[in-house]
Amino acid sequence: MSKKITIDPVTRVEGHGKVTIYLDEDNNVKESRLHIVEFRGFERFIQGRPYWEAPVLVQRLCGICPVSHHLAAAKAIDVIVGAGTGDGLTPTADKMRRLMHYGQIFQSHVLHFFHLASPDLLFGLDAVPEIRNIIGIAKENKHLAVMGIMMRKYGQEIIKATSGKKIHGTGAIPGGINKHLTITERDSFLNGKEGQNIDQMIAWSIEALDFLKEYHKNNKSFIDTFASFPSNHLSIVRDDGAMDLYHGKIRAVDTNGKVVINGIDYQNYTDIIVEGVKKWTYMKFPYLKDLGKEKGWYRVGPLARMNTCDFIPSELAQKEFEVFKHYTKGKPNNSTMHYHWARLIEVLHAAEMMKELLNDPDILTGELVIKGKKQYEGVGVIEAPRGTLFHHYKIDNNDQITMANLIVSTTNNNDPMNMAVNAAAKEMMNGQAQITEPMMNAVEVAIRAYDPCLSCATHALGQMPLELTLKDINNNIIDKKRT
Amino acid sequence: MNKNITFTIDGKKCIAKQDQNIVEAAEDNGIYIPTLCHLKGIIPSGSCRICNIKSNGRFMTACTTKVQEGMVIENNTEEIDELRKIIIETLFVSGNHYCPSCEKSGNCILQALAYKHRIMIPRFAYTFEVKQVDATSPKIYLERNRCVLCKRCVRSIKTKDNKNYFAIEGRGYTSQIILDKKLALNMSDEEAQIAMKNCPVGCILKKEKGYIEAIGTRKYDKIEIGTEIEIEA
Ligand code: SF4
Ligand code: SF4
Ligand code: FES
Ligand code: NI
Repeated sequence: MSKKITIDPVTRVEGHGKVTIYLDEDNNVKESRLHIVEFRGFERFIQGRPYWEAPVLVQRLCGICPVSHHLAAAKAIDVIVGAGTGDGLTPTADKMRRLMHYGQIFQSHVLHFFHLASPDLLFGLDAVPEIRNIIGIAKENKHLAVMGIMMRKYGQEIIKATSGKKIHGTGAIPGGINKHLTITERDSFLNGKEGQNIDQMIAWSIEALDFLKEYHKNNKSFIDTFASFPSNHLSIVRDDGAMDLYHGKIRAVDTNGKVVINGIDYQNYTDIIVEGVKKWTYMKFPYLKDLGKEKGWYRVGPLARMNTCDFIPSELAQKEFEVFKHYTKGKPNNSTMHYHWARLIEVLHAAEMMKELLNDPDILTGELVIKGKKQYEGVGVIEAPRGTLFHHYKIDNNDQITMANLIVSTTNNNDPMNMAVNAAAKEMMNGQAQITEPMMNAVEVAIRAYDPCLSCATHALGQMPLELTLKDINNNIIDKKRT
Repeated sequence: MNKNITFTIDGKKCIAKQDQNIVEAAEDNGIYIPTLCHLKGIIPSGSCRICNIKSNGRFMTACTTKVQEGMVIENNTEEIDELRKIIIETLFVSGNHYCPSCEKSGNCILQALAYKHRIMIPRFAYTFEVKQVDATSPKIYLERNRCVLCKRCVRSIKTKDNKNYFAIEGRGYTSQIILDKKLALNMSDEEAQIAMKNCPVGCILKKEKGYIEAIGTRKYDKIEIGTEIEIEA
């Protein structure tokens, strides 16, 4: 008899998550499936809308990473207005958008780590849900909680100053940006009081990294092996191999670090990526065409980016990157929990990038918008906090959108998240056909390493918890729990 | 022979020139009467009724009524405020207004009026009527979901030989704004720009340009509608 366990709503994963675990006769985990109810409504909904509306409209499909959608859509529409494929904007527009993006990376990663993930580390897998949140953190380690809150605020203020609002702004417009930064704003980001300045952000980023590294030292086997598995890794990287979260060409490495895809202009992403389908879900499972369905799936996000890029173009983050690389002796890192480590290196990088951009006079003055010959199709790709994000649009002669295809980070990570859930379930199942609290937590922790934000893939807003179902070999439910 | 007229609004003594309508006379005296379909400089149509005031116990539209000597006008009363609210709410529920993604947001008179009147949720049920957009002309995207049928475009946007670019087609519930397809082919950028500006809402959109004004710099981000009139006085 094979049995099935389902974990539903991951408490600190935004969006709707359902997990089913299938057991074999001996109550061992046979297979696990993460069901995300993907709703393709947005792609439909946007048809007929004027193309210049896309960056403002589509960001609404996620309450956590709207800026990423805003910018990915804007980049796609840049192509349509003839402003080039990502590197044709004016210096002001390019830098303001980058500032917005790094503000978003910063605040989103901080939210992900401090608010959502750090409770797992501080309190462990068997802690009760009531304390595994930012309030619990505040009681246990006030400084950590304050850092998290203040850093997030800083990133949100950067987003507001560049896009007009903390969420759902309008800053990026086809071919550029609609505002400069004022000198007052710039100065307050550089030298603001009460911890709201960039040097404090950099210092706290390092502190957060130290916290994680210390934790790692004391919990080596958990951090290194929990829910880990080999995979390919994909991201965009700059032409010289540098990490560039805003723009670059597609690169993928295999589990041994061999570069399998390189220098691909994302306008041609359909040449290399196929959106696979499976019978049990509407969610797509993208894979690399060259490697095929079985072997071609890949991971995206902070961990993947550490594996694809050659270096990080900011001093302090580069040092941390070297430590990170040294840990696996230069080989790709395949540890699921190292996502958090990679994430914090990116937090530091984002802080350094914000400092560089804030000190650049181009953000204060200069041309905002550029346009050229109209095109009828455009693709925009960005490294969103949780990974590579594709936006693809076609328009007709009337300037109406006729086709939209989005591959969000969560979708890119679909196969890996299923793998991680399966690995976590395996580790926690000990021959008993029932769902335990630690098992539920473990599944959550595995998902959360990748994504706090299933909302993006499900196109739903707000938090929905996780439901776990255990099924036997005959597809009978033998246990079911929700958080 | 320019004899001035004296009258009062909510008890305040006012002076107007002859032949002025109440909206403009009030404005000259630093008093704001909300308008929507009225556009300064063109003949008022009195269709939206948002400018309702009360004089001699009777409601009248301030944009179409000439001010008269000795008139006693009520403008800022609970009763009138309520009436205006009802009109605004009716406009919201009879269209499909998604302000957050609308490029007129911050520059939209309907939205500004809703803010001014502290409207959170309309008391009436949304009709969710399906309205067709018309994107076929080269310069204009007509987003009929947001049209309030005020005819400002009909009255103000004309070709050089005085032909109407815009017209209302149909009657009653089925009426909709249309743009003359032939004339639209030769519409200039300037005309399209003015058409967008004259539309009080986000129905007439000049193509290829949106969200140019950053949030925080748009007209009604800075001040509540009407306050510029009250401040100047
Ligand atoms: S037209 Fe005005 S009220 Fe309607 S959606 Fe646009 S901003 Fe809102
Ligand atoms: S298109 Fe605009 S100006 Fe014309 S009737 Fe409709 S709301 Fe009024
Ligand atoms: S403004 Fe007077 S009736 Fe519309
Ligand atoms: Ni998201």
